[in-house]
Amino acid sequence: MDLITITYMIIALPLLGAVVAGIFGKVIGRTATHRVVISLIAVSFALSCYLFYVMVLLNYPTITTVLYTWAHAGTIQMDVSFLIDKLSAVMACIVTFISFMVYVYTIGYMADDPGYQRFFSYISLFTFSMLVLVLADNFLLLFFGWEGVGLVSYLLIGFWFKRDTATLGSLKAFIVNRVGDLGFLLGIALILTDFGSLQYQAVFAEAPKLLNSLWVFPGGASMTTVTLTCLLLFIGAMGKSAQVPLHVWLPESMEGPTPISALIHAATMVTAGIYMVTRLSPIFEYSPAALSVILVIGATTCFFMGLLAVTQFDIKRVIAYSTLSQLGYMAVALGVSAYDAAIFHLVTHAFFKALLFLAAGSVIIALHHEQDMRKMGGLARYLPVTYFTFLIGSLALSALPPFAGFYSKDVIIEATRLSTLPGAGYAYFCVQAGAFFTALYTFRALFLTFHTEERFDPALQGKIHESPWVVLLPLLALAVPSVIVGALLIGPMLFSTPRLLGDSVFILPQHDVIKQLGADYHGVLAMAFEAMNGLTFWLVIAGVAAAWIFNVGFTGWTATLKQRFSWLYAILVHKYGFDEFNQAVLVKGTRETGEALYTVSDLKVIDGICVNGSGEAVRWFARVSRHLQTGYLYHYTLVMVLGLMCFLVWYVR
Amino acid sequence: MQFHLPLLSMLIWLPLIGAVLVLMTGSDKHANLARWIAVIVAILSLLLCVPLYLGFDPTTYLMQYREDYLWIDSYKIHYSLGIDGISLVMIILTNFTGLLVILAGIEATKLRVAQYMATFLTMQAMIVGVFASMDAILFYVFWEGMLIPMYLNIGMWGSANREYASIKFFLYTFLGSILMLVGLLYLAQQSGSFDIQSFYRLPLTLHEQKLLFFAFLLAFAVKVPMWPVHTWLPDAHTEAPAGGSVVLAALMLKLGVYGFLRFNMPILPVACQELAWLMIILSLIAIVYIGLIAIVQTDMKKLIAYSSISHMGIATLGCFMVYDIVQDTHQLQSAYMSLEGAVIQMVSHAFGSGAMFLGVGWLADRYANHSRLIKSYGGVANTMPVFAAFFMLFALSNVGLPGTAGFVGEFMVIVSAMRAHFWIALIAGSTLILGASYTLWMYKRVFFGPVTNDQVASFKDLNWIEVTNYLLLSAGVFWLGLNPEPVIRVLQVTLGHLLVQSMPYGLAMNLPKDFSYFA
Repeated sequence: MDLITITYMIIALPLLGAVVAGIFGKVIGRTATHRVVISLIAVSFALSCYLFYVMVLLNYPTITTVLYTWAHAGTIQMDVSFLIDKLSAVMACIVTFISFMVYVYTIGYMADDPGYQRFFSYISLFTFSMLVLVLADNFLLLFFGWEGVGLVSYLLIGFWFKRDTATLGSLKAFIVNRVGDLGFLLGIALILTDFGSLQYQAVFAEAPKLLNSLWVFPGGASMTTVTLTCLLLFIGAMGKSAQVPLHVWLPESMEGPTPISALIHAATMVTAGIYMVTRLSPIFEYSPAALSVILVIGATTCFFMGLLAVTQFDIKRVIAYSTLSQLGYMAVALGVSAYDAAIFHLVTHAFFKALLFLAAGSVIIALHHEQDMRKMGGLARYLPVTYFTFLIGSLALSALPPFAGFYSKDVIIEATRLSTLPGAGYAYFCVQAGAFFTALYTFRALFLTFHTEERFDPALQGKIHESPWVVLLPLLALAVPSVIVGALLIGPMLFSTPRLLGDSVFILPQHDVIKQLGADYHGVLAMAFEAMNGLTFWLVIAGVAAAWIFNVGFTGWTATLKQRFSWLYAILVHKYGFDEFNQAVLVKGTRETGEALYTVSDLKVIDGICVNGSGEAVRWFARVSRHLQTGYLYHYTLVMVLGLMCFLVWYVR
Repeated sequence: MQFHLPLLSMLIWLPLIGAVLVLMTGSDKHANLARWIAVIVAILSLLLCVPLYLGFDPTTYLMQYREDYLWIDSYKIHYSLGIDGISLVMIILTNFTGLLVILAGIEATKLRVAQYMATFLTMQAMIVGVFASMDAILFYVFWEGMLIPMYLNIGMWGSANREYASIKFFLYTFLGSILMLVGLLYLAQQSGSFDIQSFYRLPLTLHEQKLLFFAFLLAFAVKVPMWPVHTWLPDAHTEAPAGGSVVLAALMLKLGVYGFLRFNMPILPVACQELAWLMIILSLIAIVYIGLIAIVQTDMKKLIAYSSISHMGIATLGCFMVYDIVQDTHQLQSAYMSLEGAVIQMVSHAFGSGAMFLGVGWLADRYANHSRLIKSYGGVANTMPVFAAFFMLFALSNVGLPGTAGFVGEFMVIVSAMRAHFWIALIAGSTLILGASYTLWMYKRVFFGPVTNDQVASFKDLNWIEVTNYLLLSAGVFWLGLNPEPVIRVLQVTLGHLLVQSMPYGLAMNLPKDFSYFA
């Protein structure tokens, strides 16, 4: 089999799984469904590994392949075509591996759910869409995958469609994402306008020419076309990767079943925006202004969303806010042109965040679908394996050396320090402070869930037991990379020449902060030890300590702190008021405008006055003129005589 | 032209003869016979489209399948038929939709079945006639002829307020068309023939062009419908039986855009260029204003009707944006996608909204008092999972999700809009958000949640006829969404030629005269 066939199979197998589970699921039954779907994804994963081996380890050159021509318009040709290079190989591996783990986990998690086959169909469709997204060779197919994953996310958030909160959350997710998609689509339109092509290579080759054209807006403001294009594209990324202020859908997405929180809303889909910017680095590199915006938005998301996690009590929401914060780190990395570091953090994050979600899910099943941490506590005793894996995930997320998150996050923080873009100072503060809060909320969740006194429903006493092996196996399989993948990958991904992603990423020499960092890099172990001399490490330790103080050691302090800073607490509990604002201004505003246009303009003015009005006018005229036709002969004679006289007067004059 | 079968005439007369046959079955005693005849005729008509498509030569812009007989000697009116790429696509769509509505009518209609079927067969014949006519008077006859069966259809099989709606529909559209007749007569007088193609070469002054433009505009704008002459549509749609709504949405609205493409743009290029700004503004109003109105609708059919108007705004935008694009880029090439998107939007809208109207009809049939109100439903997905799955697909097509039919035209037009102006693209693009809001919010309220009442609890899932119907439509939605190239293939040269024809001389001077590169 050649690489192209392999690529097609990687993409097609999950689609096949989705079709089988969706259409024949009820016929072949539960066991057969999950067997089919999981064996297909396993093959797909194995093939992705092979792809990784060939592209990255054997260093094959980039391959593009056209499946068929979708449409053409004049000279513009739009193909369904795929791009196989180092970046797409890495992404394909991550996507299929996390998918594989989550599918296995689903067998246990969804065991009693009546929508079992439907669920497998959806997640399989998700993997397909995500693979299309990362393997696409042009903007059109990228958009297809982009919208495809958005659709499946919508379907899965609303999976339990009888729950109103779930369906509302899914609707919100879809519409907020659509706001981003509008920006993305306009960005694509601008690219087509300027380059006459949607194919990556063709566009990248000509990207610098955009520097010479200006867009002038009414009012005199102007920016280079490349900046406008990048900003529009990044709006798309903000939707999908949940950056402020388009982040509001991600916490709501936790209404969906936990496996998809891990797969879609932590490990893969939400990183699509990060992937997109990295893939399009040959364009973004030419717009320092756009990079600066990305940096500031990423930093804001990173710090302020991390802060919110500290006040949440729903275990899934804590992890969701943490995801927002980590996506912020990735965006910061993009902003400082450390694309490799962004992808590196994407990879490590995919492992430990999926792990945390799945471990949280294991807790949730053990407690019969209880998600409130106030009703947990002391679970380490009952769920040792879950506890152990959750701990590993927490250590990785908190970026303690030598766990995976340490390497990726530390690089981002250091890269930010070196950046000279406007906003870099602010970003550096945010990522540093973010490190403290990451440790704080992560260990707060760990302590509240697994330590402290038992607060769960007494009815559950004696019924809590460790999850089945289908749940634990994925946890263990994810725990291993959560420990080692950082140390394993940091050298090849960042500090070797050429880097692992090679020419998939384009960085202008003057932006290359990673190269500057490389001078201080003396190997994995050295980096871990040197961390202790840095501020970040002690911030993390302080975060862990604070978590212990406020939740285990001196719980009384928490109340005091809440009281002292009640205003701050109120702001955090209201999540800065984004939801209230959206609800009161945007949603209500739209509906009331629509209502006003409908009742006043459409019904009263157009239909009432103009349409029915002209009908009325005709009737009125008929009513009035009816009086002329009296039927009396002498009336007619009179009119005739009068008329005659008028004529006479006229002519005789 | 090896084909000597008069395929176009057959496509017009077969359903007409079918209608007569169906009517001859008379009362409802022979309802089943009427049903079978109608179905067979519809299937035969659709099958006739196969040789029509295969025999069509996509490399020429000339009219094909010509048939020309003298009809009224004294006025030189001909029975003259012929099609180009646009007509071909629309005729196939007409026959496809014809089969759908007749299939849908099998179960849904219990009273006066023969007459019901006959109205649809007649409509189908008339609409094919409109798309195939090359003679202005013949065109006009078909154009007005289709109003009668539609009027009867709404007036007899419609719901409570059907009389108001049917009269409103008839008067609105008829008043619009009258001025078109005046325009056609004027053009015929100028050219000395009723042959539509002879109009294309007329040297008309700007003043004449503008007057004619408005005469045609009224006729076509009512049909599309464009703001502010759109208010007949929500009423007609809500009161019409499901099949009637489908024909309205899938076919009748397309006639307006078809008119723009066949008359306004090639005959009156200067006026079109001068007034393109007006058409663009009206289209954008349709997209945003109507989209906002759609959000607050409480009646499902009204909501889909408003969504139709909004979607047709994309099509008209695609048509009239070409002038701005050519002016800005000095290239005919770059305007091509806009026009292509407009035509594809017409087809895709037929699938999406047609399917949704059918579905709402089926829901209302299952509800005791035939309620169409969103609030009467809730949790339908619990009792009708198959229906819910299908409906989701069509809702997504309405939302314009890539991979479905609804995406293609929308994408092409919005992307092209960027070449005309950033703000046009932005405003047109708002349909991404608005469309998702009204469609999926309705879906949520109707399908999701727990079962809200006993009525919904008693719903039975789709029967085999309904499933067949939806399978056909799904095939259309996926086929056009995943592989629009076969449609584009037949449109290509025709649209290229149309684009050249539609450019005023001044604008076209710097452009290559040769459009063969579209092939």
